[in-house]
Amino acid sequence: MALLQISEPGQSEAPHQHRLAAGIDLGTTNSLVATVRSGVADTLPDAQGRHLLPSVVHYRREGPPLVGWEALERATTHPLDTIASVKRLMGRGVEDLKNLADRLPWEFVDTDSAVPRIRTSAGEVSPVEISAEILKVLRRRAEESLGGELTGVVITVPAYFDDAQRQATKDAARLAGLNVLRLLNEPTAAAVAYGLDRAEEGVIAVYDLGGGTFDISILRLEKGVFHVLSTAGDTALGGDDMDRLIAAWIMEQAGIPDDAGHHQLRRLMRDARAAKEALTGAGEVPLAIELEDGSTWHGTLDRERLNTLIDPLIRKTLSPCRRALRDAGVSAEEIREVVMVGGSTRVPRVREKVGEFFGRPPLVEIDPDKVVAIGAALQADLLAGNRPDGEMLLLDVTPLSLGIETMGGLVEKIIPRNTTIPVARAQEFTTYKDGQTAMTIHVLQGEREMVSDCRSLARFTLRGIPPMVAGAPRIRVTYQVDADGLLSVTAREQTSGVEASIEVKPSYGLEDAEVERMLRESLEHAEEDLEARRLREQQVEADRVLEALDAALAEDGERFLPADEREAVEAARARLAELRDGDDPQAIKRAIEALEAACAGFVERRMNARIQEAMTGHTVDEFE
Amino acid sequence: MGVTLTEQAADRVKKFLENRGKGVGLRLGVKTSGCSGMAYVLEFADTIEEQDQVFESHGVKVIVDPKSLLYLDGTELDYTREGLNEGFKFNNPNVKESCGCGESFTV
Repeated sequence: MALLQISEPGQSEAPHQHRLAAGIDLGTTNSLVATVRSGVADTLPDAQGRHLLPSVVHYRREGPPLVGWEALERATTHPLDTIASVKRLMGRGVEDLKNLADRLPWEFVDTDSAVPRIRTSAGEVSPVEISAEILKVLRRRAEESLGGELTGVVITVPAYFDDAQRQATKDAARLAGLNVLRLLNEPTAAAVAYGLDRAEEGVIAVYDLGGGTFDISILRLEKGVFHVLSTAGDTALGGDDMDRLIAAWIMEQAGIPDDAGHHQLRRLMRDARAAKEALTGAGEVPLAIELEDGSTWHGTLDRERLNTLIDPLIRKTLSPCRRALRDAGVSAEEIREVVMVGGSTRVPRVREKVGEFFGRPPLVEIDPDKVVAIGAALQADLLAGNRPDGEMLLLDVTPLSLGIETMGGLVEKIIPRNTTIPVARAQEFTTYKDGQTAMTIHVLQGEREMVSDCRSLARFTLRGIPPMVAGAPRIRVTYQVDADGLLSVTAREQTSGVEASIEVKPSYGLEDAEVERMLRESLEHAEEDLEARRLREQQVEADRVLEALDAALAEDGERFLPADEREAVEAARARLAELRDGDDPQAIKRAIEALEAACAGFVERRMNARIQEAMTGHTVDEFE
Repeated sequence: MGVTLTEQAADRVKKFLENRGKGVGLRLGVKTSGCSGMAYVLEFADTIEEQDQVFESHGVKVIVDPKSLLYLDGTELDYTREGLNEGFKFNNPNVKESCGCGESFTV
């Protein structure tokens, strides 16, 4: 007998047609799956009642890979076959990993492909395949808990994930047999879990302090859409650091030497963690530490001491908060709600300090380990169509602007940052030279004005443009971003219909910190960039004028330029050529104008002659 | 006769209703469809229609339309756990046979 759940009025499905949907928080350290049952969203436990699934996969020579707690147990004994924190490798190219590889314990396969592979006892595996194993376990858990096949899932990703990382996450889901309804930004999911998407508008901060990473995101809610205004953080800061500080303090108190055995250090870390967790509820905890010589050291750790120990660490999270606020251009007073995410936000001192910083008590009612998965489950339920009509569908936005390279190494933005997706935008371009038959489309991501400061996503060439004079062809370039933030670009020459397009299989490789840096720099360099753009624009224009003039002079100089005028033209030309390499856009502009003025007579005579030639032998009527 | 809830079922329904923030009770019903002819309806109720029958069970209003009551009279709704799966279960004395999935039945 199947077990039933309560539906919304009028939403009862015919049997066998339940639309089962789940939300998945695919985390660096732990993963979770959640679903909505009888109107309540909660995470699903495994048969042992454990909600968290360690994001660890262990490969064996025989049998399927082990995932989760069983895999975690083998991390120290089989380091080469046990892959943890695979999220950090998602969407990364081989080149990016070269820098990281020294710090990663696994054996990477030398390959020509852009996707790195790790050698294990079960063969070579890619990060996408490893993630898929984790997703398969979560899928099985959800389907057993719900008693049916999943219609679709929402998977959360960090707000700073770029196209490559999002695509890799989607690929992993497909490999696990999951239908991805939507990828959702983690901070957005947390805000949804608290129902903040039901408000009209407002600025929200999401403070995410996990075991080993810290992220702060500032979101703006506008007409039901969350825009990520800014993100900042520290990829090596979290609860584990608190444990280390407590352990160090215990060692000092108990007189344990720094060079204590590996075994004892591990036990100390465990005790430190237990003490920290106990102090969430208690004012003080007794400590009993087994020493190497078999005796036991007794002591107590109280909340006040703990606070003193971890205060510097909490302060370290507040400077990214300040930075994120500055980048977002909002003040702490404008923040309407602060959402707490990550196990380490259970520490009372963290809540207190974050509350002080933002001037309001943070939201802590939902388990901070589960809040992202719960938000994802609510979205999945909505997207699967299990809610009454009229409930707003949450939309996402592009994290970085998408643009195209134009002459002079400038970036023309086609889809600006924070545009609601899905979206398609088109712009027309033309050729720069007479008879140009091909055009290279260079797709860029980033906020800066110069190509060299943005990230190159793809490059392709539109060929077969009919030869025409410069400026005549109309080439329509369309950028389309689907609901998951993935990009396709099409270029089409309008008169001939030749077309070329590309799915952005993005050139992998952007560090978390890099996205942040790109965003930050764009703000810091805004003025400088504008100046650089003006200069480049004038330089491009100068080149165009010089080239056109030289061509005209070579052809008709003798015929239409008398010696007295030629001197003035050449002087103006020389002056422009010289200023073109300078750095004053205004001066270049004036020189262009001066040159054009000097050439006026020549151009006019040449033009008249050309028209005369063209009309000779024809009647005026033919031109009408 | 009528329709009743077990205590576990009533506790869950109260919790779900509270969580939902609105609703007057729980609507039980049947509709024709499914592999064995009839299927259960289990929904939150925001309104009570004039012809509806209302049963009070462990503090929860159970609302049934008169047509459905023909098929549901004497039913006890339970909340149980089976492995990882948990949910509501109809213990309906009127059922002659149900399909393997249990989501539909004939009377």
